Amino acid sequence: MSAAQVDVLLVALVVAAACAIPGAFLILRGMAMMSDAISHTVLLGIVLAFFIVADLNSPILILGAALVGLLTVALVEAVSRTGLVREDTAIGLVFPALFSIAVILISSLAGNVHLDSDAVLLGEIAFAPFNRFAPGGVDLGPIALWVMGAILIVNLSCTALFFKELKLTTFDPALAAALGFSPALVHYGLMGVVSVTAVGAFDAVGSILVVALMIGPPATARLLTDRLPHMLGLGVLIGAAAAAGGYWLARLLDANIAGSMATVVGIAFVLVLLLAPHRGLVATARRQRRQRWTFARQMLLIHLATHEGTPSEADESRPDHMQRHMRWPAAFANRVVQTATERDLITLENDQLRLTPQGRVEARTAALR
Amino acid sequence: MDVLSDLVFDYTLRTVALGSAALGIVSGALGAFAVLRRQALLGDAMSHAALPGVALAFLITGSRAPLVLMIGAALTGWLAAVAIVGVVRASRVKTDTAMALMLSVFFGAGLVVLTFIQRQPAAGKAGLDKFLFGQAAAMLESDVITMASVGAVGLLGVLVLWKEFKLLSFDPDFAATLGMPTRRLDVLLTSLLVIAIVVGLKTVGVVLMSAMVVAPGAAARQWTNRLGVMVTLSALLGAAAGVLGALVSTAAETSTGPTIVLVATAFVVASLLFAPARGLVWARLRGWRSQRLLALEAVMADLAALAAQHSTDATRPHDVAALHALRGRAIVESALSELAADGLAQRHVSGGWSLTPRGLAEADRLARLRRAPDDV
Repeated sequence: MSAAQVDVLLVALVVAAACAIPGAFLILRGMAMMSDAISHTVLLGIVLAFFIVADLNSPILILGAALVGLLTVALVEAVSRTGLVREDTAIGLVFPALFSIAVILISSLAGNVHLDSDAVLLGEIAFAPFNRFAPGGVDLGPIALWVMGAILIVNLSCTALFFKELKLTTFDPALAAALGFSPALVHYGLMGVVSVTAVGAFDAVGSILVVALMIGPPATARLLTDRLPHMLGLGVLIGAAAAAGGYWLARLLDANIAGSMATVVGIAFVLVLLLAPHRGLVATARRQRRQRWTFARQMLLIHLATHEGTPSEADESRPDHMQRHMRWPAAFANRVVQTATERDLITLENDQLRLTPQGRVEARTAALR
Repeated sequence: MDVLSDLVFDYTLRTVALGSAALGIVSGALGAFAVLRRQALLGDAMSHAALPGVALAFLITGSRAPLVLMIGAALTGWLAAVAIVGVVRASRVKTDTAMALMLSVFFGAGLVVLTFIQRQPAAGKAGLDKFLFGQAAAMLESDVITMASVGAVGLLGVLVLWKEFKLLSFDPDFAATLGMPTRRLDVLLTSLLVIAIVVGLKTVGVVLMSAMVVAPGAAARQWTNRLGVMVTLSALLGAAAGVLGALVSTAAETSTGPTIVLVATAFVVASLLFAPARGLVWARLRGWRSQRLLALEAVMADLAALAAQHSTDATRPHDVAALHALRGRAIVESALSELAADGLAQRHVSGGWSLTPRGLAEADRLARLRRAPDDV
């Protein structure tokens, strides 16, 4: 790998880690789509701040973007509080409007500035290494790495400092309010962090991939764990892995890096959805299949135990009787009898199914349960 | 008047206006259902998810024919919707998360496919990047015909299944008890939403198309409580926003999609503020009016109570300083002057106030009304 490629990979890893942390809380609060809204509207903040400071590298741009991010949240709340439209409609109205203003403002600047809406949406992480942070002529690496590194540290320390508040307001806002924590304050704090992260990351990866990295890895982690700290940690790890995998895929296909990362995020989610231990779709299907056989076998044992020693036993214990009695298809019934025989739970003699002592015990425990 | 004559005689402008009108009608009418069914954000996810479809359709067929691209867009948009529903049903992931995930992953996959297209010889790749934000000026008459035809299919679907969709939107449980195949209807109506989205891709672009699905419906909702009126109005508002936005963007040389979206948003804001019955301005006015009426009644009741303490002379003047302290000086003074103008209260030379005999009778009537509203 060349030095530039290492730089790109480093930026991608830091972006992924920084995004996963606020993303986890967005998911748990049912506000994942706010990441989509904010990642679009921060563009307006950048444009407006640019009108004021006329410098694309000024930190004021991040401040402006964060403010517009908060404005988005406030506007959505104001519109839905009128009671005239629902919250999802409010989001669907507010962010396209703010984004449209930004796009129009940018096109009015066209040509003068290196800032166009395609670049914002799509990002170009491949250019990250060319923009160096070199105070006093000493090259300290890409600016994007420093910016995102700072944002990652802010996100980490905010989460660590306010972990209790975040956790409580996320899972039980009513209790949090009763205990004197302000859910509104935490809410706006989180939204501020989301905005700052979105604006820091969009430069590198584009606003849509910000959504992928904020939502995808924590959602994947959510499939694997019920514990918040684990979800945060796994989210960061999965995000970093997807970023690295996406970069590798992009080099393999010679394709857009941001898009490849989003694709890998999606692949990772689907894989975990299918293969997760216990809750994965494959594990669930296998468990259900196993349970179906176990249940059928137990029904057979209980049936035999019920009629054991009664006058009708000869009739009730014939293998073909099971098909009619349990309404099992022939193949299924044979398979149940076969597995029960293999486990030494029943024996088949003279067209009669008989319980072994072991089968009798199992029939009793199954019936009692 | 130049714009109007251009609209009739200028080929480009006429095409743009017709196309935007078609787009607005289709997305407005179908979007009205999305608004009612809380699918506003689903529309956003689906329109982003249309990108890989457009790109793949172009990559596979090499054709830029709008119908081909629309079919591609519809397929992946629809696939995203199915994936969202499927993930929510199969796991603990909630709808909002599934939407954000599918939106960004599909869009990302679209970017990957776009890079393949960009590597091809430059011929014919132009136009695809316009799908992000739309470019109405590049619209051809054949595009308009395609958009209108595809849209007409969607509108026809709504007309044919009007009763079913109406019930599904307002009371799906009742629809199910009537034996309607609600699952299939749900899928069908969501598929029609895809049509609304792909029709506008060329003009408005994938990123902002969701607004064209949401805004006309949200605006129309404020003016009526009847579904038929709402859908019609939504279609008209959509068409108006489309045409107006396209004209403004051509005149001001701004991107078409964002301009149309801003016009549609302006319609929503105006509707939220001024729609009769639901409008915020009227609600505020009603609030003020009832506040004033309540203040009038309260001041009358206070004066009547003072009068009752002096049974010998009911119209004896009273010092209103006590009322000031109780209800606020400004409120009391404005209520008193209004009562005086109506001949219900009078100011005495001493500066004190009392009710007139007519005012006393009115206060008595109101007091009884408040006590036993059923008897009156």
